[in-house]
Order: sequence, then structure tokens, then C-alpha cells
Amino acid sequence: MEPITGAEILVRCLKQEGVEYLFGYPGGSVLHIYDALHAQEDVKHVLVRHEQAATHAADGYARATGRPGVVLVTSGPGVTNAVTGIATAHMDSIPMVIFSGQVPTALIGNDAFQEVDSVGITRPCVKHNFLVKDVNQLAETVKKAFYIATTGRPGPVLVDIPKDVTIAKTTFSYPETIRLRSYNPTIKGHAGQIRKAVDLIMSAKRPIVYAGGGTVISDGSAQLVEFTRLLGSPITITLMGLGAYPATDKQFLGMLGMHGTYEANMAMHECDVMIAIGARFDDRVTGKLEKFSPNAKIVHIDIDPSSISKNVRVDIPIVGSVPHVLQSMITQMREESLKLNEAALSDWWKQINAWREMKSLRYRGSDEIIKPQFVVEKLYEVTQGRAIITSDVGQHQMWAAQYYHFDQPRQWINSGGLGTMGFGLPAAMGAQLAFPNRDVACVTGEGSIQMMLQELSTMKQYGTPVKIINLNNRYLGMVRQWQEFFYQKRYSMSYMEALPDFVKLAEAYGHVGIKIEKPSEVEGALREAFAMKERLVFLDFITDPTENVFPMIPSGGGQNEMLLAERDEMVSTHEDGMVLV
Amino acid sequence: MKNPHRHLISILMENESGALSRVANLFSARGYNIESLTVAPTNDPSLSRLTLVTCGNDQIIEQIVKQLNKIIDVVKLMDMTEADAIERELMLVKTRAVGEGRAEMKRLAEIFDGHILDVTDSTYTIELTGRSEKLDNFLRAVDKDSILEVARSGTTGIGRGARALNV
Ligand SMILES: Cc1ncc(C[n+]2csc(CCOP(=O)(O)OP(=O)(O)O)c2C)c(N)n1
Repeated sequence: MEPITGAEILVRCLKQEGVEYLFGYPGGSVLHIYDALHAQEDVKHVLVRHEQAATHAADGYARATGRPGVVLVTSGPGVTNAVTGIATAHMDSIPMVIFSGQVPTALIGNDAFQEVDSVGITRPCVKHNFLVKDVNQLAETVKKAFYIATTGRPGPVLVDIPKDVTIAKTTFSYPETIRLRSYNPTIKGHAGQIRKAVDLIMSAKRPIVYAGGGTVISDGSAQLVEFTRLLGSPITITLMGLGAYPATDKQFLGMLGMHGTYEANMAMHECDVMIAIGARFDDRVTGKLEKFSPNAKIVHIDIDPSSISKNVRVDIPIVGSVPHVLQSMITQMREESLKLNEAALSDWWKQINAWREMKSLRYRGSDEIIKPQFVVEKLYEVTQGRAIITSDVGQHQMWAAQYYHFDQPRQWINSGGLGTMGFGLPAAMGAQLAFPNRDVACVTGEGSIQMMLQELSTMKQYGTPVKIINLNNRYLGMVRQWQEFFYQKRYSMSYMEALPDFVKLAEAYGHVGIKIEKPSEVEGALREAFAMKERLVFLDFITDPTENVFPMIPSGGGQNEMLLAERDEMVSTHEDGMVLV
Repeated sequence: MKNPHRHLISILMENESGALSRVANLFSARGYNIESLTVAPTNDPSLSRLTLVTCGNDQIIEQIVKQLNKIIDVVKLMDMTEADAIERELMLVKTRAVGEGRAEMKRLAEIFDGHILDVTDSTYTIELTGRSEKLDNFLRAVDKDSILEVARSGTTGIGRGARALNV
């Protein structure tokens, strides 16, 4: 075999991994790699306009498909620009492999031009990272990177490649499989624990299923649906898990947590047995820990042992992958014809239905001014609930989660863990590249969208006909809401002055822009936009600037201390809650 | 059990650059404390052994162990304090040794099973090994002003009996 360069080896590895898209940006240290990319057509490179967008686009691609997102950036500023996107993927356990150029090995540590300690900078926000110092180790390292990124609890893995390694030559062989003595994720749950869990569940009078993003990531949705239907119990889902169980199903109580539904949070608070599945008891979900589900015995299924009993002590931990563990439970329940106590379950549903009557997602409509919730409801109708929806961070994100009823996993793409404004647009681009024929919409706010506007250019170049749903309230709305409630309406730096004309802006990038100011025009504009199958359309909805996200558990509150929109005067938050965010 | 306890955790990890920083980073990022840390290669050159002393209640120690196990370079670890273990630390102390104090210092070193490694007309350099408390006790027994320099290795340990940490 002829020796080939490190750059060529890298490209061959990507082909072997079946990489369809590489999101990247060139620079000095990766020019050899770009040269090798130029000579082939299997791996398509998407030239973003900012490295942060490369990581978010790869992330959106990964969330939409379940396959790893792949990124290539240059050394120094290329890497530092990518860090936000890497951290975003890390917090949400998204499989991603990032290749970064590095200064030549001989210069490492010399403060060379465009040198940063990429492995050091990214260490706290990757699952693992590598510095490849020898071309003979390159192929194996790439194999390891993909293996680590996509197995167990997935996450981003960075491979830092000095420029001389991309030039050096060796013969290429790509390992078929890889075994790491120090890394063996547990997939199958412990049989004894599963049996104990089923026993506990069957003793429940007020059970609830609480499922999270891990269910989506592990492709465990089918098993979750079967398990929950078999049980007949209510189910609630976290912001990260929406779509794992059909939102239109009658057993679904809606999202839980800070802006979850009243019935979901009350049922969590009052349950006697909680089955937590691929969820991690995030502080946005639990509210104040001391007040969290006081009477619940908890079963917790998670692939990551360190997620178990981290925030909340659980009674029956099961380490394993969600679909495997649920399948074992389903099999046992079927074989032994296990059923919950029917009378108790029916009482429980009566109670839940009473909570449902509070209609906690009700909002006051208007003929004068566009209510943001109304836009999302219409978006749901016009796309028949089948679009892939990405979002940014803020009020619009919560409204998208509350009013678009996701029936399928991987339909809802948002930065839940890190809460990264700017995520939505590039993530939509990644999702659209993965699914060119599906409707993809980015629900955003005028604050968030301005963090990634440059990608409108990339999206012109690659023809991704995303629909941007800009809920333009002229405020950093979520900040404004907190200032209204907790800082006596002192709106410090939350008003967005000097906004651009988004219609002209979209047009300047070669897209279509529509400004919508009246409620009566909302549906028509959406229909018009989605009819333009080939075009990116920027829909600028001028919405009610005073609208707030309800219901809400104020920081420091318990799950049963929700504030509902019209019923409650907003009381000032608990003092110890003020330090929480 | 809410009270913090001292734990000695030994870790076998890949002898890779960066492995040590991953462990150290974990402790600073998650706000766990490290009282001491030692690291050196083992008889298998591909593995290093890192031993650290930390302190926390049961829940924190459980998290520390899980988080350490999650580090890709960590091959295996053992909480030595879970069962009977031998703990040792090495200390080198340079002391003043003049006048009446000179004989006294030598006597004290002998009581603590120390070895005097280096002698000048005004100083002794003493080597002591043992559990950390023994080394603390020695420093307490010596007049403060006569200590010129202290170098401690940090504690390492090994299980008693057949319990062994290997791969
Ligand atoms: C990069 C980044 N900076 C700051 C924040 C803090 N933050 C959270 S929501 C929000 C306001 C978002 O405003 P906008 O995008 O207009 O959405 P709205 O809340 O008005 O719907 C801010 C500033 C963040 N999440 N991400």
C-alpha cells in the first residue's frame, strides 16, 4: 500500500464512518485537510460563516438523525469560536466529533501564531479529547473518537491534529472495531434491579412516568410508548424529551418543570411511585429539592451511573440503555400479565383530570395584537404537527415547547442544558440538510436570532429552505419577565433598541422576508411561507411585548407552588430562591 | 451519614498525557476537595497509579467515584477506605540542629523511626514514613522554629490481604 498523508487519512476515515456532511471553516493549520477534501466528493463540506455555527449545525444534524455531527475548524480562534457549540452539545449529550487544526508539534507550547491549548480549553466540555502527535496513530484515534462520541452516554469528542501530522505520510488502515479497556458502557440493565423495579411499580397507586432526553438519544421512544400504554399511567416529559411520547395522546400530561403544565407538576408532586427514564432531575425540573415529590419511591433508568442519585436519592437505580431496560420490563409485565391496581389507578386519573381542568396553558387571546402562543398554535396547524422545530433560548423556546405538540422523537431540537442563544438557526440548517424534504422551522426571538444572523448567507449557499418564526417582542423577553417579577419592573438592558428591518435583512441575503403585525394575518403568512418549498422565509411576527410565560414555578418554589397566568398575583419569590437562576 | 469522612482513593489510569489533568479538573470543576494527590507509573508502563485523599459525606464520595469512573482514561479504581488498607506517606524534613537541640533532634527522629539522610554542622535532613498522622505528630513534637523545610509526598495506599487493584 502506498503511504498517504495524514490529511488524506483523515478524509478516508470520514468516508469509512459514512460521514455525509462536515461543517467547517478553513485556516492555516487545516489547509492540508482542506486540500484533501477538495480532491473528493463523498464527504460534503458546509462552509459556515462562524465556527460556533459549525458546531450548532452539526449538533442539529445529530439531533435530527441520531448520527454524529462532524466539525472541522482551524487552530486558535477557530477552536475558541467552536467552544460554545461544543459545550452546548456536551450538556445535552449529543454525539459530535470535532477535528481541530493545531500548530506543528515542534511549535506546541511556544505561543506560536494561532496556538491555543485546545485540548486544555475543551477538556471540561467534551466527553473526551485527543492530541494526535504521530500520523501512525491518526486513523485509530479517529476510530476511537467516533466510538466514544456515539456510545454510552453520547457526547462531543475533539481530535486536535498538528499541521505536520496532516503532512506526514503513512499507510492507511482503518480498524474495524475498537476496544478500550477503560471504557465499557453498561447497556443491559441488571436483571435483579429490573425485577425489583417492576415489583415496586406494580405496587403503585399513583404512578407517574417521567421521561427525559435520554429516551430520545437512545432511540427508546417505541419502548417508552409501549411501556406507558401497558401501564396505563400518566406520563410527563422534560424539555429535552418532548416527542419521545406522542403529545396528543391522552396519557400525556405535558411538559413538567419550571414552565411545565399544572397537571404534570402536581402529579409529580403527589405520585407514590416515579419512574424516571433517561432524565437527570435537573434543577429546572425539580424546583426546590427539599420539596420535590415528598412521597415518591423512585425508579431511575439511566446509562450514566453518575446521573443516578446526583440530585435526588433514588430507591431503585438501573444503569443501562433506555430501550434495553424498558424492553426487559415490558417482557416481564407481559409474561406475568402484571397490571396496576385498577381502582387506585382510576382514582388517580380522576385527580389528574381535575388538575387538568385548571387549563394551565390557557392564555388571553387578542384581535389587536399578536400573541406569541397563537403564532405557535398556528404553526402547529399549518405544518400539521409534522415539522422539525428548532428553537433558541427565551420565552419563545418555552412557548414552542408548550404549544407545538410533538408526536415524534427528534422533531424538537433545542439547547436545554446550556441554554445557548444563537443555537436555533444553525441547528435548523443542520436538520434541513439531513432532511431536505421536511418542513423545518426555527422558532426564535429577535435577541437570539441576532447572535447567528451571518448564517443566512450559508443557508443561501446551500439552499436550506428553513422557515424562521421570529417572535419579535422587542425585548429579551425572558430577562424582561424575570425583571418584571423579581426586580420590581426595573428593565435593565432588556429592551432591544435599534432593531434591523428583518424583511430587508432577509432580502439582502437573498431570502424572502415577511413582516406580520395583525393576528388576522398570522395564518395566511405561515401558509404562504410553507408553500415556498425552495425558499428560506424570515417571518417577523410583531408580538405582544408584555406577554409572559405561564404557568411558572418561581425559583425556590416546590412543584405544587405553581403560578397560573390569570389566577395569581405574582408574589415576590422566596428569598433563598433569588440566588437560584 | 451526613458527616464528611476522609477517603483514600487509588486509581489506575492510562499513562497518557492529560490523564492527570482530567482528574484534577474534575475536582476543581465540581468543587470537591483534594487533600493530597500522588501519581507515578506502575510495573505496567501503560498504566499510572494515582492516589488521592479527599473528604466528603457518603453522597459526595459516591459522586466522586462515579465521576472518576466516567473519565475515559480511568481504567479502574478502588476506595481504599472501604476496607482495611495500608497507608503510607513519605516526608523529608530539614531541621535546625545546633547546641542542645542537636541531640534532642536526633533522639526524636529515632523515636519516630526516622533516618537522618544528610548532616551539616547546623542541620539534619530527616526521612520519615508512615501514616499521615504520624508525620503530623512528628512535626508537632518538634519545636516550630527548628523546622526549616518540609517536603511531603502525599499518601499512597494498598489494600490488606488479597484485595488488589490491578487489571
Ligand atoms: C448566549 C446567551 N447569552 C445570554 C443568555 C441569557 N438569556 C436567556 S433568555 C434571554 C433573552 C432572549 O431574548 P429573545 O431571543 O429575544 O427571546 P424572548 O425571550 O424575547 O422570546 C437571555 C438574554 C443566554 N441564554 N444565552
